[in-house]
Amino acid sequence: MRVNFTVNGRPQEADDVWEGESLLYVLRERMGLPGSKNACEQGECGSCTVRLDGVPVCSCLVAAGQVEGREVVTVEGLADYAKHREDAHPGGGCASGACGTTLDAAKRWQSKPTDGQAGEAAELSPIQQAFIDAGAVQCGFCTPGLLVAADELLENTPSPSDQDIREALSGNLCRCTGYEKILDAVRLAAARQEEAVQS
Amino acid sequence: MTTHPEATTQPKATAPVKAQTVPAGTPTKITQGSPTKGGIGESTLRPDGTLKVTGEFAYSSDMWHEDMLWGQTLRSTVAHAEIVSIDTSEALATSGVYAVMTYDDLPAEMKNYGLEIQDTPVLAHGKVRHHGEPVAIVAADHPETARRAAAKIKIEYRELPLITDEASATAPDAVLVHEGRDDHHIGHVPHPNIVHRQPIIRGDADEAAKRADVIVTGEYVFGMQDQAFLGPESGLAVPSEDGGVELYVATQWLHSDLGQIAPVLGLPEDKVRMTLSGVGGAFGGREDISMQIHACLLALRTGKPVKIVYNRFESFFGHVHRHPAKLHYEHGATKDGKLTHMKCRIVLDGGAYASASPAVVGNASSLSVGPYKIEDVDIEAVALYTNNPPCGAMRGFGAVQACFAYEAQMDKLAAKLDMDPVEFRQLNAMEQGTLLPTGQPCDSPAPVAELLRRVKSRPLPPEQQWLAAGSEGTSIDVRALPGGLSNTTHGEGVVRGIGYAVGLKNVGFSEGFDDYSTARVRMEVINGEAVATVHTAMAEVGQGGVTVHAQIARTELGVNQVTIHPADTRVGSAGSTSASRQTYVTGGAVKNSCEAVREKVLELGRTKFGTYHPAWATAELLLEGGKVVTDGGEVLADVADVLEDEAIDIELEWRHRPTEAFDLRTGQGNGHVQYSFAAHRAVVEVDTELGLVKVIELACAQDVGKALNPLSVLGQIQGGTLQGMGVAVMEEIIVDPKTAKVRNPSFTDYLLPTILDTPTIPVDVLELADEHAPYGLRGIGEAPTLSSTPAVLAAIRNATGLELNRTPVRPEHLTGT
Amino acid sequence: MDFLRPASWEEALAAKAEHPTAVPIAGGTDVMVEINFDHRRPEYLLDLNRIDELTEWEVGQESVRLGASVPYSAIMENLRTELPGLALASHTVASPQIRNRGGVGGNLGTASPAGDAHPALLAAGAEVEAESVRGTRLIPIDAFYTGVKRNALEPDELIRAVHIKKADGPQQYSKVGTRNAMVIAVCAFGLALHPETRTVRTGIGSAAPTPVRAKEAEAFLNAALDEGGFWESGKIITPAIAKQFAALASGACNPIDDVRGTAKYRRHAVGIMARRTLGWTWEQYRGAGRTLEGAA
Repeated sequence: MRVNFTVNGRPQEADDVWEGESLLYVLRERMGLPGSKNACEQGECGSCTVRLDGVPVCSCLVAAGQVEGREVVTVEGLADYAKHREDAHPGGGCASGACGTTLDAAKRWQSKPTDGQAGEAAELSPIQQAFIDAGAVQCGFCTPGLLVAADELLENTPSPSDQDIREALSGNLCRCTGYEKILDAVRLAAARQEEAVQS
Repeated sequence: MTTHPEATTQPKATAPVKAQTVPAGTPTKITQGSPTKGGIGESTLRPDGTLKVTGEFAYSSDMWHEDMLWGQTLRSTVAHAEIVSIDTSEALATSGVYAVMTYDDLPAEMKNYGLEIQDTPVLAHGKVRHHGEPVAIVAADHPETARRAAAKIKIEYRELPLITDEASATAPDAVLVHEGRDDHHIGHVPHPNIVHRQPIIRGDADEAAKRADVIVTGEYVFGMQDQAFLGPESGLAVPSEDGGVELYVATQWLHSDLGQIAPVLGLPEDKVRMTLSGVGGAFGGREDISMQIHACLLALRTGKPVKIVYNRFESFFGHVHRHPAKLHYEHGATKDGKLTHMKCRIVLDGGAYASASPAVVGNASSLSVGPYKIEDVDIEAVALYTNNPPCGAMRGFGAVQACFAYEAQMDKLAAKLDMDPVEFRQLNAMEQGTLLPTGQPCDSPAPVAELLRRVKSRPLPPEQQWLAAGSEGTSIDVRALPGGLSNTTHGEGVVRGIGYAVGLKNVGFSEGFDDYSTARVRMEVINGEAVATVHTAMAEVGQGGVTVHAQIARTELGVNQVTIHPADTRVGSAGSTSASRQTYVTGGAVKNSCEAVREKVLELGRTKFGTYHPAWATAELLLEGGKVVTDGGEVLADVADVLEDEAIDIELEWRHRPTEAFDLRTGQGNGHVQYSFAAHRAVVEVDTELGLVKVIELACAQDVGKALNPLSVLGQIQGGTLQGMGVAVMEEIIVDPKTAKVRNPSFTDYLLPTILDTPTIPVDVLELADEHAPYGLRGIGEAPTLSSTPAVLAAIRNATGLELNRTPVRPEHLTGT
Repeated sequence: MDFLRPASWEEALAAKAEHPTAVPIAGGTDVMVEINFDHRRPEYLLDLNRIDELTEWEVGQESVRLGASVPYSAIMENLRTELPGLALASHTVASPQIRNRGGVGGNLGTASPAGDAHPALLAAGAEVEAESVRGTRLIPIDAFYTGVKRNALEPDELIRAVHIKKADGPQQYSKVGTRNAMVIAVCAFGLALHPETRTVRTGIGSAAPTPVRAKEAEAFLNAALDEGGFWESGKIITPAIAKQFAALASGACNPIDDVRGTAKYRRHAVGIMARRTLGWTWEQYRGAGRTLEGAA
């Protein structure tokens, strides 16, 4: 079957999709977006987390056909997504929950083209930068899913408690870090966000 | 009703978005750019960090090639059986299928592989020895087509008696798991179903036992743990025009793979060109071959690129696990708390194939005494061949199982002597100079007592952290309680416990193995700036070796910009990313090659500029900030002027001090090159009624010799600590003893700790240099995995008063149900 | 495999009538696991994501009509007052990502004894609104679970909504898993006090072939509370009553040994949870309960 949807602000089309394929497979194998990871394919690790119409979901458990006409943001588009949100709501975050990224806003937003040079399109979102700075990345396989989940947490809860962070990230397994540096990264991103608001 | 017009039941070939001829996701050079200036000792950031947070880092499962096929493995559904017949005709006739291969299609004389003993068939030959053994492989144009075709292969099995434990393995009439063994261990094992046996006898344990005022014994059981790296086994094999193959894969040791792959393909090693793809964690689980050979076989057979990606279910069958073990220990002590003797017998279940079992036996036996001074010991460790899943390398192997048991013994002894468990350990702690049971002296710092002191002196976390005072009175946060989000207690039944443990791990390959690494370092001037390139075959599996290599190059060569070349087999072997050895050995190799490059630069400088300044001949010269400087800081020349258009490019092997094999009868020998030590204090809260555990804090103190990158050191210690906690309270592969089948091959039933299960992990790092090691460093990756498990167990025992001789602890063990 | 994408509820019913073997897929959190792991290859997948009314709920006088696809996260956020037991249960479901997709309709459709919503539905009292081209019927929750992963739906029926009684008193929910988050139930227990009728209802998960109520335990407790005048006095329930209630709840189990736990443990744990949830709800009823963080 054919499936059309928007990924990171750009319309995408996939042909000859087998009906049992997941959104994750289509992103990775048909759209050249392998950033979302295939660690368990049963919703138990969060490595494939994407935003589907703004909501974090495991893309391995969404049938490709269910995404027809919808909006997907993957880790590849996270920096632009965060930048757009910052432009729309300076200071970041939105405790009321009413000012995240609306569907309409998401539709107006276009991902910047990159030149395909690995590592050079290095404008990062605050959470991405914090993961690097805090040492939250080791093998990095859990990182894309954690970033999408953590970014959404900070969008809705700008100053989360440690328990809030733990709960929000409890669907994302990491096998390398012992999670301590991941907690540090989210705290760091939240603190930087707060500083930006105050200054 | 909107049934889609193009709906089809047949999957079609992958239709790529963009066409290209080189594999997409081919590793790119990682450049650590100018903003970072760090040499060793600084927490410089990962050079691959940006790629990993943007999703651009190419893991092995991300590889893509135009026109590629998908490989699928058909695995045995029974654990031990003769294969009566295989019928592949229906699978071959499936539209979209390009190849189906079984044992009969293997192209070379060599049809087996193995790390040490080549006992593992590439595809089953007449017999399967464990549940999930590969029997046939399929290549098709879509993964679903390949799956459906594999399901059409008909295999008739005739089941054989199962060997599942020591009793069944060594029974007089036991079926042999491997007939006709001719490996180098068969001569000294008491039964062909024993892979390897290592006794260690020192002093006279029976005689020493007479001096003991108290003797404690224990039988301990350690469950089968999985590495559970998140990136599943995967890779892409691309046939090349010269009849060879290019293999992009996630592994721990490229050259070891190569040595096993080439013979079964019937190719010389130079026709199998391997490149390391992004590795999603390893922890020992990628030391053995998984899909490498299968992908190459299918690629060579079909003439097309073939990608294989295991899903999580298959991953549980695709790699070896940590050896489950049964351990019997006896310790004695005098009433003033001095250990008199130790006897132990450690039985490791190696499963159907040898993998790393011999080395695991060597570690288990030689480290079975732990970090304690005991002069009279009687030790025996064996690994069995059974029909259980094959077991091999996992973080801390051999030492982990032993540590769990001897630390339980220490607590029992302390309790019997009415001594504080930490003081008792400190009283018997080994030190620099202590002779190990192998007769080898420990010739570098061994701050065992100090590590224990540090974790003990740390303030305890506050009690009842689940109570939070709010504006409307006290509220309860279930997330801080045992059971967590499941809302099982609001404090009822919750008891706190505290436990301690300390461990001893060797670093690097032991027992006389020629442990070396190779580094190629190039220095040249680009755009007026001296820059360096480091090329090794080291597998970066997440540990941060690439960060450290750049730091070493900066320190040794005084450059800012260092490029880390992708790891491949175009440079000499780096050995495995295991045994806590890579920073020591490949780090040592990079340092050594940098030093050689530096000497060349200085030599060139002397030739060009030596006459202009006497210091060229008399002073100790260094490279700093792109300049040649004296040790007094005087600048003699720009490296750019010394080198001009010349590039210095040196590839050298580097070895640590040689080790010796253990004597097969007495276990004596200088078998290890370095030891590492970590201690933990665990604070747990146990819901004693429901048997649920919440680990509140796992404090660690570890001696790292020299922290080349402090941030990475913390990451290793915290990660290792959590893996140790996992096998204390939840992680276990459950094998049905009646069928030898794995019952929980999924992340639904093989549970890994989530961030809500994870305690705070404060770390205290000591840096006591080992003068024999590069920069004084000590391998760090494994030690924290050892002591974490017994510390948690000790804390649970402290909370519950139960004996708990088995790990992981399950709720039924804590509730007597 | 065919992928059917009805644009409306009527189209969905027509498709299910035409293809009774079609497997409905909404959140996908059960169905896609089975497809990914090659456990299931349905002839038709019937996508319900396009049907907006399935994600809506209406709060009525007596009950909440909860659309089959209302995600657990929405129940946690919006229905804590009306459906406290289900909100607590929703919070124990898998992970945040799964709670954003999965809903009660899926739990009911799969009818696994380990489904997290069942004990809360049994305790609160509910009816499943099943619909087909032939018409609509309300299936009482007690009659809905017919066997291991089997339910009372006809092949042409789809779950439109669940009608759950609005709470008239405190409700609690506990689930044992061997991990502090993202875990399948080893066993679970739901309890609802119904002061208006002066009754207590319960639900047990994962400790029998189907989700069940501990009816003997309920009967015992209803009688004991009544006889002791507890509803009026609001005095503390005596330990002897709580103990007997727990023992009867335990006795209502008919569990198995599996990789997640032993039968003996399940019986034991259900008893403990019964006692504790009774204590918590009764404290709330007495007005002495403490607020909860991290639970719904």
